[in-house]
Amino acid sequence: MTAYLGKAVSRVDGPLKVTGKALYAGEFGTADLCTGYVVNSSIAKGRILSIDTQAALSVPGVLDVITHENRPEIASYNENYTDMDAADGKHFRPLYNDRILFNMQPVALVVAESFEVARYAASLIRVDYEAEPHQADLYAQRSNAHKAPTPMPPDRGDADSAWANAPVKIEAEYHSPAEFHNPMEMHASTVIYSTDGKLTVHDKTQGVQNSAQFISNIFGLPDGDVRVVTPFVGGAFGSGLRPQYQLVLATMAALKLKRSVRLVLSREQMFSFGHRPETIQHFRLACDREGRLVSTIHEVIGETSSFEDFTEMVVVWSASLYQCPNLRLDYKLAPLDLYTPLDMRAPGAVLGMYALESAMDELAYAANIDPLEFRIRNFTDIDPASNKPYSSKELLECYRQGAERFGWSKRSQEPRSMRDGKQLVGWGMATGVWEAMQNPASAKAVINIDGSLVVSSATADIGTGTYTVMTQIAAEVFGLPLEQVTFKLGDSILPKAPLEGGSFTVSSVGSAVKQACETLQQQLLDQAKEEDQSPFSNLELDGVVFEDGEIYIKAAPSERVKIADLLKKGGTPSMEASATASPKKERDDYTTATHSAVFVEVKVDEDFGTIQVSRMVSAIAAGRVLSLKPGRNQILGGMVWGIGMAMQEEGMLDKDLARWMNHNIAEYHFPVNADVHDLDVIFVEEHDEVVNPLGAKGIGEIGIVGVAAAIANAVYHATGKRVRDLPITLDKVFE
Amino acid sequence: MNRFSYSKPQQVNDAIQQLSDTGRFIAGGTNLLDLMKENVARPDQLVDINALPLREIETTQAGGLRIGALVKNSTVAYHPDVERVYPLLSQAILAGASAQLRNMASTGGNLLQRTRCYYFYDIGTPCNKREPGSGCGALNGQNRIHAILGHSDQCIAVHPSDMAVALAALEATVHVSGPDGDRVIPMSEFHRLPGDTPHLDTTLGQHELITAVELPPRGFAENYAYVKIRDRASYAFALVSVAAALELNGNTIGTARIALGGVAHKPWRKPEAEALLAGKPATEENFRAAAELILQGAQGFEHNSFKIELAKRAIVRALSEAASGVNAK
Repeated sequence: MTAYLGKAVSRVDGPLKVTGKALYAGEFGTADLCTGYVVNSSIAKGRILSIDTQAALSVPGVLDVITHENRPEIASYNENYTDMDAADGKHFRPLYNDRILFNMQPVALVVAESFEVARYAASLIRVDYEAEPHQADLYAQRSNAHKAPTPMPPDRGDADSAWANAPVKIEAEYHSPAEFHNPMEMHASTVIYSTDGKLTVHDKTQGVQNSAQFISNIFGLPDGDVRVVTPFVGGAFGSGLRPQYQLVLATMAALKLKRSVRLVLSREQMFSFGHRPETIQHFRLACDREGRLVSTIHEVIGETSSFEDFTEMVVVWSASLYQCPNLRLDYKLAPLDLYTPLDMRAPGAVLGMYALESAMDELAYAANIDPLEFRIRNFTDIDPASNKPYSSKELLECYRQGAERFGWSKRSQEPRSMRDGKQLVGWGMATGVWEAMQNPASAKAVINIDGSLVVSSATADIGTGTYTVMTQIAAEVFGLPLEQVTFKLGDSILPKAPLEGGSFTVSSVGSAVKQACETLQQQLLDQAKEEDQSPFSNLELDGVVFEDGEIYIKAAPSERVKIADLLKKGGTPSMEASATASPKKERDDYTTATHSAVFVEVKVDEDFGTIQVSRMVSAIAAGRVLSLKPGRNQILGGMVWGIGMAMQEEGMLDKDLARWMNHNIAEYHFPVNADVHDLDVIFVEEHDEVVNPLGAKGIGEIGIVGVAAAIANAVYHATGKRVRDLPITLDKVFE
Repeated sequence: MNRFSYSKPQQVNDAIQQLSDTGRFIAGGTNLLDLMKENVARPDQLVDINALPLREIETTQAGGLRIGALVKNSTVAYHPDVERVYPLLSQAILAGASAQLRNMASTGGNLLQRTRCYYFYDIGTPCNKREPGSGCGALNGQNRIHAILGHSDQCIAVHPSDMAVALAALEATVHVSGPDGDRVIPMSEFHRLPGDTPHLDTTLGQHELITAVELPPRGFAENYAYVKIRDRASYAFALVSVAAALELNGNTIGTARIALGGVAHKPWRKPEAEALLAGKPATEENFRAAAELILQGAQGFEHNSFKIELAKRAIVRALSEAASGVNAK
């Protein structure tokens, strides 16, 4: 029995958000606040010959125009600094010198008394360039690709000859375009400058301590002089994992002008930095006549920049998910004159699994086996990449429950065999997978004499429900009503937390919250034991119960003490405890992962090729789901995003300019309500004592993985046409 | 956004007199304000026409309908006379934008909205429409949403309006006032092809103001269809749209009207194709023949050649729907 964990609790921060009281990075301010506006380059490669700032500087209200020519000398502004999510290579350094490395690179910052003045003055700045030839075509750069600097699972057997000799095989190449995060809140930094030179920074970030450390390093500021405070983040999806250039520029301006500065990027400028990389994935997959995989060859070319090597987990899934004796993986990067790609929701997995699960569907058809049955035949509960067992893998149950809810058994195998008037109907499915990680994290718990419990850690809530689930965990451990528990996050002076990403926040910070609360309980119990003739004297934590501000003996509930009385006697208004939770050693003996089975129905207009995703069922095995409402929201969001990935999202690059052309959300399409129909989420019960003390694996990423493949497979089933190039727009279907 | 002066006159003549050579009228502002924020439009003067008495919808002596230039798109779409007599217009308006935008956008402003060409919107790129002589980025660049008919080597942009496509099919007229008095422009002559002067979208003079749009009595309420094909189910501009209206005697076509959106710099009509259908049975074969004629000479680019076949199929679908009367109340 639990009071809160696993229950549908409404977001504890909901009222603040819907009443507008939740402040975001670009909403903080002070009386002396001034505003910046960034000027971006219009070429992709070359150098700046001159920047004419005269007209801008003469606009009343303009305070300064900062360029590479007049930026402050900053001793530590070197090539050695890094961030917690850095790619290999040299971090982009805004306004560092006259070199242009990508189109829409920031080349000047206008600082003015108001946003309107700054933006107008920015339009008056003239930049002369010397352009050099650039390369932004992944196909053209394919032959110049180099090995990705990331560890890979070892090859197995002899994949090439196994493939050549197999009775049933397919070979296919899949392409996916660059995609942009497009969080609702645009990137923003407000730097509050205090007279002693210390900075309080409100930065849109998934890691306040990452931003604080980054700024301290770059500007050579003593530890403690920079505090980053970001209580709310309006979506990030990975775009806040690395400090973005507006943070550097806002801080630079604040230090130069000795004023508080706010800098918010425009929607267009949200297309001037990281994105999900374009990929070309080549697959060779083979099985025997019974449908058992005999060879997997997965070769990927991913996009990177000229200054960093961006890697993600794109091919690893092909080594682990299914049983297969022969395996060869290859992962190369092709440098383009674009900004470095950036982790985006389920980085790597959505791409690799799009290709793997499309190839699995193609091979199932080649073997004439039902696609679901084909996956069941290749299921494994030992990870073939490591020969370790999965700590839990209720994937078969996902298949079973998902198929039943969807009605998969009524499917006819033949493509183009189901229709509804002018609409061709198709059913497709795919498997999803994501790692269940845990990183070291710390938390502090404070119990007050008024009965309130305050728990804190420097993590983030990017809309995922961190506030809510951490409050639930602490309330559960302490037996307190939710209203008496407060969780604090988003402040760099709080106990150390990893970046908020990778679906590991509940696993990492949640474990720390639990441990901090239990440590505090131990301290309270110890205090209780100090009483003369204490009835608790021989008891450990497992012999007592914490409930409603009291501790009582489990075996003798009438023996109890009020926590407030303990504190009173101890002469302090509160008691606190800190804890750091680290992954336990036992995890090393297992592979830990979340899984899903996604079932999709599409209706394709026979004449026009327009696709409607009319139904989707996603069955998720993610260990224990601690917070049902935000949890379900996460999965639904992933499913909707999967629709966008499959059918709509695409950064449209002008190859001559190496510039993203659809840089607004009217022309960069993602789903609107009318695109989203019947979505159904099943959380499959999964018991896991290995993954962490909470048994929770994390669910931020898993909802999107596999969706694009399931839709592509459904489109094939509807039309008989295999589209291997995302997004599946109508023109690729109807001809 | 640059600095500009602002005035809000009460009378049409005052508004016309106040407008300078470099100023702009502003009504709903759903397009102009965006363009100003992106520095695409830089008027030094805004004359706000929202106080002008141009908000009436009234029946004309001829039995048609006169819609004041300031009537909101949503008001037109849900007006009982429009829904009853001109449901094609209603359907086209509701296929465009979002409820919020339709609540702000005016009738006159809808006709004057600028293209959604990526290059037009981005001042970091060349565009002859925005900056004559700078070149056309779309010609060899990203051109999925661009023209297949009537384009020039200077500009391949399309007009984005849905409403204008229906108005073209209905043969509406645009009533304008200017320093030299009033005049009436047929829809077919209101928008223009880009040619060598793509910066001009319409034949409206700089100092002229749209005062009303007038619909002739014939509304085709029995046999009409507006088919819009786009990259998502809502809030996307048309890749191809078709406004079709038929007058049928039994299964024989009397009059046919076909206007296309999303394919050219203006709502596209081909009178020969409409004439071809007159007196013929309403069959898919005949519809396809008309479609072939309309798309004759169509020329696509790297990313949009699919629109040619798509447009033909959309024409057949729209005419079939119109003939079947499925949309009639």
